[in-house]
Amino acid sequence: MEIIMAFVCGFLFMAAIYLILSRSLLRIIIGTGLLSHGAHLLILTMGSFKGSAPPVLTEGVTDFVDPLPQALILTAIVISFGVTAFFLVLAYRAYQELKTDDMTELKGSDDIE
Amino acid sequence: MNNFLLLPILIPFFFGMILMFGQKKISYQRITTLLGLFLSILCAAALVMNVHENGPQTVTLGSWPAPFGITMVSDMVSAILVLTTLVLTFFIVWYGFESIGKEREQFFYYPGVLFIITGVNGAFTTGDIFNLFVFFEVLLMASYLLIVLGGEKVQLREPIKYILINVLSSAFFVITVAFLYSVVGTLSMADISLKIAEVNQPGILTVIAVLFLLVFGMKAAIFPLYFWLPSAYSAPPIPVLALFGALLTKVGVYAITRTYTLFFTHDISFTHNLLLVLSILTIIAGSIGALAYFDVKQIIIYNIVIAVGVILFGVAQMNEVALKGAMLYLVHDMIIKAALFMLIGIIIYVTGTTNLRKMGGLMKTYPALGWFYLIAALGLAGVPPLSGFIGKLLIVQGGFEAGNIWSSIFILASSIVVLLSVIRIFIYAFWGQQGVLNEAVQKAKYNRLFVPTMILVVVSIFYGVGTEWFMPFMDDAAKILNDPSIYTDEVMKGGE
Repeated sequence: MEIIMAFVCGFLFMAAIYLILSRSLLRIIIGTGLLSHGAHLLILTMGSFKGSAPPVLTEGVTDFVDPLPQALILTAIVISFGVTAFFLVLAYRAYQELKTDDMTELKGSDDIE
Repeated sequence: MNNFLLLPILIPFFFGMILMFGQKKISYQRITTLLGLFLSILCAAALVMNVHENGPQTVTLGSWPAPFGITMVSDMVSAILVLTTLVLTFFIVWYGFESIGKEREQFFYYPGVLFIITGVNGAFTTGDIFNLFVFFEVLLMASYLLIVLGGEKVQLREPIKYILINVLSSAFFVITVAFLYSVVGTLSMADISLKIAEVNQPGILTVIAVLFLLVFGMKAAIFPLYFWLPSAYSAPPIPVLALFGALLTKVGVYAITRTYTLFFTHDISFTHNLLLVLSILTIIAGSIGALAYFDVKQIIIYNIVIAVGVILFGVAQMNEVALKGAMLYLVHDMIIKAALFMLIGIIIYVTGTTNLRKMGGLMKTYPALGWFYLIAALGLAGVPPLSGFIGKLLIVQGGFEAGNIWSSIFILASSIVVLLSVIRIFIYAFWGQQGVLNEAVQKAKYNRLFVPTMILVVVSIFYGVGTEWFMPFMDDAAKILNDPSIYTDEVMKGGE
């Protein structure tokens, strides 16, 4: 199971890097979304899939899943959600002001000598 | 149980929250911010004295035993950095009253500053690797706000890359923590250190060490990962730039220092040699940039990159002398970079341009500014009575002790480049024919900008001349960096 998940994470990272290296800003943001999916899945995988019961205290169950990675993922999800929301609004504002979403046209440092 | 060490994190957080209300009342915003920073400085100073007298302070939140809860650890390293952070922020906020502009002040500038401080202080104080990630995100999120605040075209164009780089490095951080968790099965930094010592750093931990270098190097702007910094830092206004230049990269430097002195101390021949080579390359890259530009902002921005290289060179030596030098130089660099950014902010204000070629002859009209700039420039290069000297001396001495003769000589030689780059600003802007002057300079506004800058330069002189007084604190800091068992003992004891 861990092997399959490792491949899934690998493909997610691959797709994310491919999208981030593209020219359109929206594709880049989709790439960051895929990247955080990959990272979250990786935490889950690295916590290993031992145990069968959900980590809720129930009578007669001893075979719990490791609860720590789930807490980490929950934290990482809301953080990446906040950052993505900000990033999307920034992309929208940049599109309004600069009239482009092509990263090659967003080259900086024209006012630096 | 000692909750006192949480106050330098909680006070800025609390004041940041109450500043979310009453956005339009500027005087309320300003006074509350200064009050909050002043209270935090008092607490941080008391904390430094407390740590000096009683050794490292720890508190495990919720009274769980040590490796199971989140431990906050205030050893001398973090206590000094927290105090420096708060003092610098106080001056930068004071300076910002005149230059940040009313629109920004009315739109969450002060809460942004206080939340950034919460994140920075939290990152310095935490003893849990995932909690470090969370505090990184707190300070990054606030820095996204400050970098785009104002919404000028350049402020929309450059932050896109800044945010993208930081999203990438945060994802790498999460991945690295996941790998580390699967190897050692714990998240508390002290416990990780003990577990790594037990398994004696197999190959996979060296891979994780390099991944950590990648993650924190992206925040600290080390050699192959510094490309985002010059353009991103040219976007925000001067007070925000001073805050970023003084604090943000230094958090990355601190995180590298912490992980490389606490976790990965068993395969030094690989990890620390890699760090050494990268720090030398960082200095070269920074030097090229600092000499290449005729733009005052860019020159100082590339000097940040050089200083990061020098500090990490000290860390890579892994002996007590060099670590003490690195701590001294870290604090010096935070102070002097803030002072230099504030000074060039005034230069830009009085000339109305950032282009060195258009400036000239400011010595006749603004002599005090000229002399204070010269002192700050000499302090940056490390001329003996001033603040950069002892730190670099100890770093080089530690380099000789560790047997890295040529690279240590290279560090000395890099000071010449630093001096050349900042003295060039002095020569172009203050000597020669009268260059352009901003017609609309108000004397009162100039004075109000100059006073905090002047005091900060005086602080840096005091830090250089009075190094003897700071030495006992730096000794404590170097000792705990050099011997991780002091740290781990203190944390694990705190849980019982």
